[in-house]
Amino acid sequence: MSTQACIVGIGETAYCRKPGSGMSELGLQLKAATAAIANAGLRPSEIDGIMPFPNLGRAEEFAANLGCENLRFATTVHMGGAAPAASLGVAAAAIEAGLAHHVLLPAGWNGYSGARVRETVSEQSDSIPGGAIARDYYLPYGLTAPPQWYALLARRHMFEFGTKPEHLGQIAVTMRAHAQKNPNAVMQGRPMTLDDYLASPMLADPYRFFDCCIETDGAAAVVVTSLERARDLEGKAVPILASASGQPYPADEITNRRDLFRTGLTIAAPEAFGRAGVTPADADFAMIYDCFTFELLQQLEEVGFCKRGEGGDFVSEGHIGIDGSLPVNTHGGLLSEAHSLGMGHIVEAVKQLRGDAGERQLDSPSVGVVTGWGDFGDGSVAILARA
Amino acid sequence: MSEQKKTSVPKPLPVLEGFTKAFYAGCARGELLFQVCGGCNRWRHVPRELCAECGSWEWEWKASSGRGRVFTWTVIARALHPAFADAVPLAAVVVELEEGVRLLSHVIDCAPDALEMEMPVEVVFEAASDEVTLPLFRRAAV
Ligand SMILES: [Zn+2]
Repeated sequence: MSTQACIVGIGETAYCRKPGSGMSELGLQLKAATAAIANAGLRPSEIDGIMPFPNLGRAEEFAANLGCENLRFATTVHMGGAAPAASLGVAAAAIEAGLAHHVLLPAGWNGYSGARVRETVSEQSDSIPGGAIARDYYLPYGLTAPPQWYALLARRHMFEFGTKPEHLGQIAVTMRAHAQKNPNAVMQGRPMTLDDYLASPMLADPYRFFDCCIETDGAAAVVVTSLERARDLEGKAVPILASASGQPYPADEITNRRDLFRTGLTIAAPEAFGRAGVTPADADFAMIYDCFTFELLQQLEEVGFCKRGEGGDFVSEGHIGIDGSLPVNTHGGLLSEAHSLGMGHIVEAVKQLRGDAGERQLDSPSVGVVTGWGDFGDGSVAILARA
Repeated sequence: MSEQKKTSVPKPLPVLEGFTKAFYAGCARGELLFQVCGGCNRWRHVPRELCAECGSWEWEWKASSGRGRVFTWTVIARALHPAFADAVPLAAVVVELEEGVRLLSHVIDCAPDALEMEMPVEVVFEAASDEVTLPLFRRAAV
């Protein structure tokens, strides 16, 4: 037993669309946070580290509401949707260094009823790295939102590697199928076929509506501590074998990369696997940040689950289904459960590794991979082990 | 200047400060300017303070030939910004210029569904407001 870090508590709110959560974004996140703290078997006052999601609240606010009188570690990883999986590594390092004992990672928003995700970039040029570049060189041409940025990558990938709409559709359909076994998935009860996918209208060609994550209200949170401290807690500890993050180059401008497909994950994945002492082949499942279908496909390639250019075949062969060789997003992901900003992917990984995933429980998984993707291609990956 | 469709929200325009001001001032004069490094002669976009390749702080603006090829694009079928609501379908196109730099723009004489990878294009300029002239592209001979 050691200072090695683990996830010891998870919490989520319900996810919803109409009519909205009826709560503030802070309130939603506090709901998930108190659930995660209780799940760990801690009292809120024992939280001494808080890592808010970028632009979604300050540690001071969380601490004041929860009664964290001894907060001594507060920071945010500014990587958009890559923040939660990257934050696991920062929290682990803080714990191993003795900077904090119990670190809370909250994330949540009124993504449906509040400020819509598609509007944030247009209106706040400082909300992402490269915001001024987007404002001065992209926005005048109508390129104002994430699906449009990433569609540029998707089309080039189709040209270079023969990736097809049907490959992207297979991802959307698989995520929707997984959501059918998740009572908290917004898309439970609304199955989808490949024909449904192909019939959905274009949003930012090659992206159709069904290539895009759903806009929802809700929050998720996890608590990180050391394996040693977790021994005395009720929450079943899920060890963090490694977490790493990376950035594409340049990270603030998406069109002038020498290698368009070298993203943050391209750098982060070998580092995380190296430190964890496992390989992609050891993964029993992967929770891949699926803001859009192609980003899931691209991350499969850059993590190393298949070779670059082979993502289309990999998904068509059924590997990512719940009965496949690498079940991906057993909860339905951002595409069909809810847009939980990537924290939901970590929560689902913990459920699977604890054996608490209910109807969608995999057969005794021992190693799970969680990724994050944000901004213009920032990436993160966390490798977790069986409780 | 082509006829602009009426929308209640004006299209977003660049903020003319620093390097960006010089870039668009070039466009207003009919020049597509990029920084060229004084140390290694590489062209770069977007403008930067120093060369990330060789570390040189020396650079000068040079006018591109304006000739390039379509590198990738997306067809915006539904505007996610109200200013473009009447402009869709609209292709946002990344053009790779002969000098190696890439620029996001439009190809104005090509319907979105007629775009092709590596299609040759050449720059033209169009006033978007009294202050801002945008670089755009049209089809060019092979
Ligand atoms: Zn240079």
